[in-house]
Amino acid sequence: MRIVVLAKPVPDPASSAERLGPDNRLDRSAAPAVINGNDEYALEAALKLTEAHGGEVIVLAMAPASAPEMLRKALAMGAASGVLVTDPALEGADTLTSARVLAAALRGMEYDLVMAGVDTSDGGAGVVPAGVATLLGLPYLSYAAKVEPDPSAGTVRVQRISPTGFDVLEASMPAFVSGTQALGAPRYPSLKGIMAARSKEIATRSLADLELGDKAPSGTWTTRVLASEPPAARAPTRVVRAPADEAAKEIVDLLASRGIV
Amino acid sequence: MPGVTVTTTAGPYRLTEEQEDLRLAVRVLADERVAPRAAEIDRSGEFPQDIKDLLAAHDILGLPFPAAHGGLGADLLTTCLAIEQLSRACATTGLILAVQSLGALPLRFAGTDEQQQRWFPDLASGRKLIAFALTESEAGSDAAAARTRAVRDGDDYVINGSKRFISQGSVADLITVFAITDPEAPRHRRLSCFVVEKETAGFKVERVEHKMGIRGSPTAELSFHDVRVPAANRVGDEGQGFQLAMRTLDRSRPGIAAQAVGIAQGALEVATRYAGERRQFGKRIGDHQMVAAMLADMDAQTEAARQLLYKACVEIEAGSSDAGRWSAVCKLVAGDTAMRVTTDAVQVLGGYGYIDEFPVERMMRDAKITQLYEGTQQIQRLVIARSLLGKDD
Repeated sequence: MRIVVLAKPVPDPASSAERLGPDNRLDRSAAPAVINGNDEYALEAALKLTEAHGGEVIVLAMAPASAPEMLRKALAMGAASGVLVTDPALEGADTLTSARVLAAALRGMEYDLVMAGVDTSDGGAGVVPAGVATLLGLPYLSYAAKVEPDPSAGTVRVQRISPTGFDVLEASMPAFVSGTQALGAPRYPSLKGIMAARSKEIATRSLADLELGDKAPSGTWTTRVLASEPPAARAPTRVVRAPADEAAKEIVDLLASRGIV
Repeated sequence: MPGVTVTTTAGPYRLTEEQEDLRLAVRVLADERVAPRAAEIDRSGEFPQDIKDLLAAHDILGLPFPAAHGGLGADLLTTCLAIEQLSRACATTGLILAVQSLGALPLRFAGTDEQQQRWFPDLASGRKLIAFALTESEAGSDAAAARTRAVRDGDDYVINGSKRFISQGSVADLITVFAITDPEAPRHRRLSCFVVEKETAGFKVERVEHKMGIRGSPTAELSFHDVRVPAANRVGDEGQGFQLAMRTLDRSRPGIAAQAVGIAQGALEVATRYAGERRQFGKRIGDHQMVAAMLADMDAQTEAARQLLYKACVEIEAGSSDAGRWSAVCKLVAGDTAMRVTTDAVQVLGGYGYIDEFPVERMMRDAKITQLYEGTQQIQRLVIARSLLGKDD
């Protein structure tokens, strides 16, 4: 199996140095970049699949030119090679542009599955995976908690997390699977993996290398942040103090009044 | 004329990217998987098999072994970076790697290809552990005074005697043992080195010491009663043992210095965090000048010891003719630094530093061993002074 995993560098959520730049966009130089958490879960799941079924994982990133260090970690975890799409014109690209660029890069690659996190911890829009799948005409299986491909039948089955449990979806391959931490904790790179990663290939592509046609990004494809302000303070926590029976009723009524239950 | 040998090395005075990556990987593992176990390892005094398996699974035990035999073929500095990071979280854990390297060094220096092929893959993968058995109850600093005998008998040697203070002696699968093969030879030509496998009849772990620190690392007394090993297990030539042991220690002492630097760094970090949170007289205690000065000195001393260690590693790896001095100075400085810094860390934490709710009392107990083993600090000074003065002809 060949699996392409989309990996986006995001500011390390564990770093407290996150801040906005003068253009109201995230200042990416303020905090060290790491692989987006959900992408890392997808990478772990992809590595486990290729360990079980054979094949290899290729990591694809659309990122600033400094991204190879982040991609090295994915290679150290066990990915076979990396592709980095980088171009100054992509700075500030919006989600549609990102999806178009990633889809164009994927058109030049062979794969049975494309995998990614359902969203990223910096932008949080959560629409790029669906956008890429749509542009490529791939079945899109989201919120996967478990991924079970059947390479001989050319199908993949996933358990999709739902509010009540999970749905079981099946699609033909190639397909796009997105997931969350339910896919399982990512491995630590082994020292052998780290040393081997130094000699693995990271191919760099610019926009000119991709066949984007009239979909090539221009100034109008980028996000402009008009204003930003911190979220309003949350209403104070309400504590229900009453005997259990009464308290339960009060809580259920409250939730019902908000349409939650 | 004897004197100080001035050696200069070219090359970048920075860690390589690969070294930085490996160090970070070990650091993350140490923080997330080893540090949470450290207090319990100390309390139980049991060898942490789970941590050994963790190091093996991440190829960390393979660092000092040649790539041709399943290792990572790391240079001395890289191995020491790993020992430092592990020891920052848990000195016992750092020692697992240090001893695996130490025990195998005689084989690396004098082992035949066949011997290396026979034992290194299992050691590099961590399937087997190895220990280094030189010290005896009456032969510590004066290693050449060893009394354990190895007598040739046909194609075998028969070993009799006992060894004491052998790190990981009770959990090792292989022991490199130094024994007298020619009692009539000059002092430094009497010993030879042998690999003894733990299943060999007559080999016995007599007891495990109850120690002040590095409590998870079993320090064993080993006895050899008519232990028969094939001549194929002799490492190097007969009579080469003492030189082999000294050469081994020249390369292994930086590992102990790395352990010491790691312990000091760990204690500094705990003390700094505490001084930034604990408030007395209306401000953080770190903002009181006397505490601030202690932290600054601890940091400066730790960094100085670390840089000396790194330099020593590079010089020894480059084959410096002054390797003995480099290894002695870095162990001397790092061991004393670890003791001073951990003692000061306890002081910064005050009463909280003296109880096991915080890790600095453990670090202080662990630091002490770095002034004692692989040559006491007094022996390090002897080595350094001899390197300065040369022999008195």
